[in-house]
Amino acid sequence: MVALLDLMQTLTTPHPVDRYLELVRPMLTVRDMRARIVEVDRSVPGTVSLGLRPTRQWTGLRAGQFLQLGVVIDGVRHLRCYSPVNSQHDSRRRLDLTLRVHPHGLVSRYLHEHARPGMIVDLEPASGVFHLPDRRPDRVLLISGGSGITPVLSMLRTLVDEGYAGRVVFLHYARSPELVPHRAELAEIAAAHPNISLETRYPERDGRGFDSAELARVAPWFADAHTYLCGPPPLMDSVREVYAASGLSERLHTEEFTPSTVPVDSADVDGATTFSTSGVTAENTGASLLEQAEGAGLTPEFGCRMGICFSCTSVRRSGCTRNLRTGELESDPDQPIQLCVQAAVGDVDIDI
Amino acid sequence: MTILTETKDGPLVLSPDQVEEIGRTLDELRDRVVADLGERDREYIYSIIKAQRGFEIAGRGLMYLGFLPPFWLAGVAALSVSKILDNMEIGHNVMHGQYDWMREPNLNSRVFEWDNVCPGDQWKHSHNYMHHTYTNIHGRDRDIGYGVLRIDEGQDWHPYYLGNPLYAFLLMVFFEWGVMLHDLEADNIVKGKRSWSDLKPLLAGQLRKSGKQVLKDYVAFPLLTGPLFLSTLAGNASANLMRNLWAYSIIFCGHFPAGVQTFTEEETAEETRGEWYVRQMLGSANISGSPLFHIMSGNLSHQIEHHLFPDLPANRYPEIAPEVRALCEKFGLPYNTGPLGKQIGSVWAKIFQLALPPRALRSRFARFLPAALRKQPASGVIVMRQQSPTEAGV
Repeated sequence: MVALLDLMQTLTTPHPVDRYLELVRPMLTVRDMRARIVEVDRSVPGTVSLGLRPTRQWTGLRAGQFLQLGVVIDGVRHLRCYSPVNSQHDSRRRLDLTLRVHPHGLVSRYLHEHARPGMIVDLEPASGVFHLPDRRPDRVLLISGGSGITPVLSMLRTLVDEGYAGRVVFLHYARSPELVPHRAELAEIAAAHPNISLETRYPERDGRGFDSAELARVAPWFADAHTYLCGPPPLMDSVREVYAASGLSERLHTEEFTPSTVPVDSADVDGATTFSTSGVTAENTGASLLEQAEGAGLTPEFGCRMGICFSCTSVRRSGCTRNLRTGELESDPDQPIQLCVQAAVGDVDIDI
Repeated sequence: MTILTETKDGPLVLSPDQVEEIGRTLDELRDRVVADLGERDREYIYSIIKAQRGFEIAGRGLMYLGFLPPFWLAGVAALSVSKILDNMEIGHNVMHGQYDWMREPNLNSRVFEWDNVCPGDQWKHSHNYMHHTYTNIHGRDRDIGYGVLRIDEGQDWHPYYLGNPLYAFLLMVFFEWGVMLHDLEADNIVKGKRSWSDLKPLLAGQLRKSGKQVLKDYVAFPLLTGPLFLSTLAGNASANLMRNLWAYSIIFCGHFPAGVQTFTEEETAEETRGEWYVRQMLGSANISGSPLFHIMSGNLSHQIEHHLFPDLPANRYPEIAPEVRALCEKFGLPYNTGPLGKQIGSVWAKIFQLALPPRALRSRFARFLPAALRKQPASGVIVMRQQSPTEAGV
């Protein structure tokens, strides 16, 4: 099999074999991973749930991890991170994603409007350190808010599949019961397992936000447990505060989902520019990233210094940059950019 | 500073304001196209890729019938078209970063490789950086003569150049190998400007890349056709030759026909954006033709537009060409274009003519030359950057 693949690769050189196969059938690939959308559910307002069938390169995930999904919108491929809600023991070749539709979210809005069975999307392998440890803790507290429910639901399902006998509390915050994805299933799980309890809170209605009293009420044993938290920034902040005050930060595991937002003021020259591979950080001077890197003593590869030759292209890990030629702002993570015609807007991390 | 050009009707002076107006107009044109990039451009490049793969598979398949001459010829034709599309409309343009905005890992300039013995990264250095930044500047742009030819009067004559037509012919036949060796700057090693140790990584890359190409075309595919080994080998070699002849011809029409202008380092030190644009226009030449011809030339038939906007998708060049032409007309700048026969004819005339020493010695040889070659090359456009037009000693 490997010999055959090597021969194929020799014959198609310099192009990867997949660049030929995809023209026959997009799901017929040797190396690239993709998925076909097999189910679309828009029944929960403001969210869309997708059932995906990945190609055979999918090797599974650990409960809580995320994957990257790629879709083409107006000719441009956009990648976004989503946490599947599947149990890691799900034996079907299937991934279930639940996406919250952000009003300014390009990809989530696109999928909400256009996703249909049969559509092919790009898939990157599962990754991330937010997952259950191999040796399951005796007690588990899962806290989530809004669409942050997905990774912890994956953890809950995994524990259920394992016949986990320890204590689990699932504490979820939402605006209203109708906006809780997979609500019926959560209730079923809690009803069928005496060791698992489900606590839902609707702060806008019942005024019950998160605080130490609430924590002591739902999980008095939280100091002996491991807590997994994912949700909007205000919830994350209050939970972190309570845990820090109790000296329990090490037992709190978090995952943040901050949708990339574009800063309003592009003339902003605040913040710091980090060149992460070199471990160098410099104050943002407003100059091009190439000049900034050189000013910080680095010697990145460059050519024309005017945006035509692409010699200085490097990856922007995070942050927002402004194209000095067009004024356009871009903030998608992990994108290749031309350092000579891009300037930092606020904190930026460049992979050089 | 002033740009003074000599045209058929005499000197033409562009004021600094006019030059900057040209720059602004072209910047606006670029912004407009960039803002409009989308699904259409994506479909275009994928349709070309699909066609290229189709011709490639057809060409390889037809070699199994290579014992029948018509099929062998059809196979060579299909494979030639495939290689031409791969190198020109796909490889050249993708490696210019024209499709980087699509964020397709497979069409990204950083990683793309073409069906050519020259490794993409080395080509990007000599072409995207050296040639496109310093277009037609003597001493900087190594595409002027490629280190082997005398293609511009600004290059000093030397008896070595008596072989000019022969070198050009060999470069044409072995073009992909010439392109591969280009980044080594062999002439600079002979002159002692470059050391052998600089070459090691380049040579390793060339060996790796050309090895794979040779293995594919001259070993693997011929072996797969069994008893037709030699016929397939000859077919593949012919397809590579056809691609070489075509690519050489199109590329030489981009900067070497009569009327294109070259520059000196002094003239172009301290250039403004507008002046950079004007240099790109005066240093490039187009070829007129049908839409199919433009595709087969990788839209390098729109060399002027390509040099103004090397990172705009090539399928946009035909659309913006009328605007660029109108801009040239508005300011009296030449827009060098003509059919393939005319452009390539004038390139070859130059190659023969410049083989001979200039002025004094030339008159002694002139009577041996055919009449067509006896004329001086048409006087080009002369750009001078002076404080005032009166100082220009054109």
